[in-house]
Amino acid sequence: MSAPLLQVENLAKRFGGIVATDNVSLAIPQGELHALIGPNGAGKTTLIAQLSGSIFADAGRITFDGQEITRLSMPKRSHFGLARSFQITSLFLDMSVIDNVALAVQAHAGHSFSFWSDARSEVALRQPAREALARVGLAASADKITAELSHGEHRLLELAMALAVKPRMLLLDEPMAGLGPEESARMVEMLRDIKRGYTILLVEHDMEAVFALADRITVLVYGRVIATGMPNDIRANAQVREAYLGDAEVAHG
Amino acid sequence: MPFRLPPLTLRNVVVALVLIALALLPVYSQLAGDRFALTLFTRIVILALSALSLNLILGFGGMMSFGHAVYLGIGGYAVGMLAKEGIYSGFIQWPVAILASALFALVTGALSLRTRGVYFIMITLAFAQMAYYIVSGIARYGGDDGLTIYKRSQFFEALNLSSKTQFYYVCLVILYLAIYFLYRLVNSRFGMVLQGTRSNDARMRAIGFSTYRYKLTAFVIAGVLCGISGILLANQGDFVSPSMMYWTRSGDLIIMVVLGGMGTVAGPVMGAIAFLVLEEILPILIKLGGVPFVGASAAARASEYWMIVMGPLLLLVVLFARGGIDGLLNLIGDKFKQRGRS
Repeated sequence: MSAPLLQVENLAKRFGGIVATDNVSLAIPQGELHALIGPNGAGKTTLIAQLSGSIFADAGRITFDGQEITRLSMPKRSHFGLARSFQITSLFLDMSVIDNVALAVQAHAGHSFSFWSDARSEVALRQPAREALARVGLAASADKITAELSHGEHRLLELAMALAVKPRMLLLDEPMAGLGPEESARMVEMLRDIKRGYTILLVEHDMEAVFALADRITVLVYGRVIATGMPNDIRANAQVREAYLGDAEVAHG
Repeated sequence: MPFRLPPLTLRNVVVALVLIALALLPVYSQLAGDRFALTLFTRIVILALSALSLNLILGFGGMMSFGHAVYLGIGGYAVGMLAKEGIYSGFIQWPVAILASALFALVTGALSLRTRGVYFIMITLAFAQMAYYIVSGIARYGGDDGLTIYKRSQFFEALNLSSKTQFYYVCLVILYLAIYFLYRLVNSRFGMVLQGTRSNDARMRAIGFSTYRYKLTAFVIAGVLCGISGILLANQGDFVSPSMMYWTRSGDLIIMVVLGGMGTVAGPVMGAIAFLVLEEILPILIKLGGVPFVGASAAARASEYWMIVMGPLLLLVVLFARGGIDGLLNLIGDKFKQRGRS
């Protein structure tokens, strides 16, 4: 078996007295959709933040495609091909939808110390942006101001921005957060389509979505990995049911 | 890249008319014998350039600099100090002034941009005040009292900056070039990055931009442009003094930008015109309007407090017309368009 695309070894992070990440190890091979689940406060977002580089781990190693990235800045990791979407929608609200995606493309299309030519007529930026918008079904809203879109559309735009840079791995932080049932179903379909071409680490609360999409699942509780395995194994794991799914029958039986 | 003309909206038409009117002003001044108008508008054109430069970082970059007038001082003093030492050539004075502005912006920007929010405001203010006190303390260059410049910058035989009309056109051409340059810049890749950092800096870094470098570059460009208006201001007044870079002057520049419309290319030009014309007109209006009620002498004294009218005016703009004059013109333009359709 080839080396995993993303390898996390003994990662640790504390905030004062709270251990947010406790000796976490993960290995995600190329092409896998790996889901990260756990109750509120389990440290999922903290882990994603360390992987994307917005905060640094206190101890441990992160290796991406054989290269250590533990102390690398966020922009550098992004150039290595790690793209992150945010749990709390984080967009350029006062800019147009297509400008949002085009900026993501621009970040990976050479330097931006160009002061003269019109960026909005650069085909190399606009074309991939339009394709990414079409892929998530937002092509019709391209010229709207981003603030005017619905929450569901914002989630899709987040995804389009992550896709537009043709990353090697997607870190998706609760793409379903705050979506209604219909929008959730649409997002699941979208991810099912996208996972064919990408390695994905998915943090998600929506269990139905997780079990429908994931190749493997890691369960995090109080910052510690309590189980990693195939969806069926996780579903059957007594410790997981007790600690996370809160299954009374298992706990008492 | 071919030049695309901006669309024909009410706002753009007004901006074009204002720019044309500025070009015709010396003709009016000559015909009407109104020398004061030319002096006032030379000042307006120069400070419009400062406001324009501040708007690049404030309006497009979201960097709330409260010390921008320091570049007026740096540009001005570069000219003044060299003149005092007997160097009048503009070919030396101007590049020195530009380099000094760029260097000051680079160093203070590199430090300031490590902070955010209120701290950024305070640190830019602190650097500007530091320069103010340093200059106030140099006796050789006049200290507190300022420094008289006996000859304006010398270029060619044909270009005489001491001629009011020629000097006005030099300032105006520089303003036109700056407007065009900034128009290209804000729509370029660099401009997109700058506006992205204003909108959401954390996200910009997440998608792979090292935003610090871009912000610092914008900070230096803005410093240089404002340094150039400092050069012009020193030449116009034949005098430089520390008050050119006092913090209230930085405040004036912010008011011009907000009044005209933050984050629009031409807004600050209109803001500068509005602010400086009001500064001249309000005292007169107060004086004339007050005479029937409180008598001539009280009205004359009251006219010194023209800021009492300016303050609430600014408040109204901030409360009801966020986009300033520029936003107002767009609003009116949209109304007309809608009426035209229905």
